[in-house]
Amino acid sequence: MDISRREWLKLVGQATAIATSGSLLSRAAAAQTNARILILGAGAAGAALANRLSEQLVGGSITLLDPRPEHWYQPGFTLIAAGLKPASYSISQTAQWLPRSATLLSEAAAEIDPDSQTVTTIQGRKIAYDILIVATGLRLDYESIEGMSLDLIGTRGIGSVYAGPALAEKTWQLLDQFTQTGGHALFSRPDTEMKCAGAPLKYAFITEDYATRRGTRDRITIDYCANNNSLFGVPIVSEKVRMLFAERGIDTHYNHIMTAIDADRQIATFQTPQGAVEKSFDFINVIPPMVAHDVVRQSPLPWQTGPWAAQGWVDVDPATLRHKRYPNVFAVGDVAGVPKGKTAASVKWQVPVVVDHIIADLSGRESVEQYNGYTSCPLITKIGRAMLIEFDYKNNLTPSFPGIIAPLEELWISWLMKEVALKATYNAMLRGRA
Amino acid sequence: MKELSIGMLLAIFEEIFGAGLFWAMVICALVVIGLFVLLIIRDKGLIAGRFLWSEITAPIGALAAILFVQIMTDSGFKDLGGPIDLILLIAIGCGGALVAPMFTYLLLGLRDSRR
Repeated sequence: MDISRREWLKLVGQATAIATSGSLLSRAAAAQTNARILILGAGAAGAALANRLSEQLVGGSITLLDPRPEHWYQPGFTLIAAGLKPASYSISQTAQWLPRSATLLSEAAAEIDPDSQTVTTIQGRKIAYDILIVATGLRLDYESIEGMSLDLIGTRGIGSVYAGPALAEKTWQLLDQFTQTGGHALFSRPDTEMKCAGAPLKYAFITEDYATRRGTRDRITIDYCANNNSLFGVPIVSEKVRMLFAERGIDTHYNHIMTAIDADRQIATFQTPQGAVEKSFDFINVIPPMVAHDVVRQSPLPWQTGPWAAQGWVDVDPATLRHKRYPNVFAVGDVAGVPKGKTAASVKWQVPVVVDHIIADLSGRESVEQYNGYTSCPLITKIGRAMLIEFDYKNNLTPSFPGIIAPLEELWISWLMKEVALKATYNAMLRGRA
Repeated sequence: MKELSIGMLLAIFEEIFGAGLFWAMVICALVVIGLFVLLIIRDKGLIAGRFLWSEITAPIGALAAILFVQIMTDSGFKDLGGPIDLILLIAIGCGGALVAPMFTYLLLGLRDSRR
């Protein structure tokens, strides 16, 4: 077949037009704006929001405030504390995840004034905004446990998976030693809302599994202390965990809330309906109460009544994540005052909803996107197996692969997802691609 | 998971391997398949002797693929917990059992071409 140069150029031109038409169309669908968008926090939610917004907006500005230059992949903390990954597994630089068009200020917010639509940083910089997204995450309130402080982690059998990559690694060193020598292990969860409510359970399972593998199980006793009368917020999952704990010889205690720790005597104190109860430990995974950061708690944004007022979670509509009193304010991720949703999986679902509402606001239309409370927990039950538990606001199980991956079955495939696919999906989410 | 599009899957694979390595692997796979097809066209069919030798590598490829996944994921045969796990294990094995003979057949074909 002979093609003349002119015909060849024509074909190339047509192919190029077809190839670029998609991007031209998406560019046409982008919202033209002069809006100043301010995102407090450049973690999982902040980075994903910045990427998706910058993709869909023409003009305007996106500014992020976050004092910590490091980004922490928090779902990796359990794997670090299980000795399967080094601390570096969860550490990257925040700036590498953000779009070039966004501005990252390494400053902490000191004051949020939604009436004047300004945020003041600790350095005194005043930033005006048209749209504010609160994605600050939460604060681990170790100080509210009497006798507890961060510097105790890694000493005297005191571990804490949540405290950060380095301290998760120190927790593994303790667990490693403990499962060789034996003794009494103590696990609990706080009486506040918390991120990844499956993590305390996972670590109890992992401890039991290591002791079994090492042949020291008969030298180890394990207590799990639940803050209320269930082991997990979703009743059907709670029952499954209760059965597994019984099968693995993990003793369960309900309505136990940890209030104090005596590091020297290795004793933790719990508030129970029967009064204070002391429990000794050779190894403990301390999970502190979790509250919103002070800058949020001291602003007009949190719930005004009820238990969430004291913890400072932002008072947003659970379906749209839009603030109930300040319509140009949204909250995403851990800080949002919604029944579920303090996981990276929740963020993945929340971000597109909030972005669509913002784009709709700027385009003069109304968004119908809603968040149904979806969250996901690959609940590790031993090294090599997990239950892929997904649920929504109504405590319905919402399996992604119904009939294929059973949510309440301990499966290898769920483990593979946790170890291989989860971080990749998380990173793709940060870039706004998942 | 709300949606699982091709674009999202590609993004996830790019994150697992790194974009450069992932697309290099895709290109390598396409080149191997292309060369394999070309070889069959050139020889006007499969050469029985060469095919027999390459078939022998199928179980080795299957086992290698399964062990590779297990080593990379801190897991083992005892972790199989349900039917889907067995199906996945077989699928991984089938992948290895398909790739190894194809690759071997290609290498033998290239060797024969040089003679």
